[in-house]
Amino acid sequence: MSTWHLINAGLLGFMVAVAIAVAALRNLFAAVMLFAIYSLSAATLFVALDAVDVAFTEAAVGAGISSILMLATLAATDGREKQHRHRRALPLVLCLALAVVLFAGLHDLAPVGDPAAPAHVHVAPRYLSETATEVGVPNVVTAVLASYRGYDTLGEAVVIFTAGLGVTALLGGHFRRRRSGKNGDV
Amino acid sequence: MSLSGSYHYLAVVLLMVTGLYVVMVNTNLIKKVLGLNIFQTSVFVFYISLGRLEGGTAPILADELSRYANPLPHVLILTAIVVGVATTALALSLVVQIHRAHGTMEEDDIDDREGGATIS
Repeated sequence: MSTWHLINAGLLGFMVAVAIAVAALRNLFAAVMLFAIYSLSAATLFVALDAVDVAFTEAAVGAGISSILMLATLAATDGREKQHRHRRALPLVLCLALAVVLFAGLHDLAPVGDPAAPAHVHVAPRYLSETATEVGVPNVVTAVLASYRGYDTLGEAVVIFTAGLGVTALLGGHFRRRRSGKNGDV
Repeated sequence: MSLSGSYHYLAVVLLMVTGLYVVMVNTNLIKKVLGLNIFQTSVFVFYISLGRLEGGTAPILADELSRYANPLPHVLILTAIVVGVATTALALSLVVQIHRAHGTMEEDDIDDREGGATIS
């Protein structure tokens, strides 16, 4: 049990350190690579918290595809951040104030893993007890995703489709123009 | 509430505040997108911590097991991860277009040159 706590506390501490390093770094390439490490430690933490489906999605999509998109953006733009001229005092004070408020709010939360926590007593027991007969898939996450909350997943697909349309509308013309420009030179 | 039960939430708050600080302080647009992603991942960690059950296992049914983690936060966060990447892709393509139009992705410089450039 204490090993579990050690792994969790270690990963969380590592994530906080990496996030602060991302905030401090001025080299954008290094910041993007550190963000990939941050995502990968989040995925490892999800395995420790029994969320295996979320872990491999985070590893593939969060650490993989996000980083590739950011590296592609860096390739299309420039890779260094300028020195700031702004004062940082006000944002820092605001963020610390928010942290204090959130820390105060934490007292109302049940401890991690508490079986009496409100999250565990409402609808989850029904999903766990009825999935075998109602859906017939051993993985309850799949059953909830595709069957019980199938409309959510449909909405997700609509959001991804819309984002895809937006990206195509923003960048499609860019690459077409660039290609026709190259042909014109030849 | 003892510390052994709450350090996940403490870390979540720290990560969240770090992400927000990056979004507020940095004028570089890619850095802002990174800050948003840090904030977002902290919310993922929060939800997955809520779904954990002491002595439970991953919510994949097996005859010899009876205690499972809460599957609902897992489903919500699966959706959120994929939607998060979709919004990141959209934000980054906006950054590319802004860079093309203004020659920079620093907010200060764009403010300085405002009115001098238009998206072609």
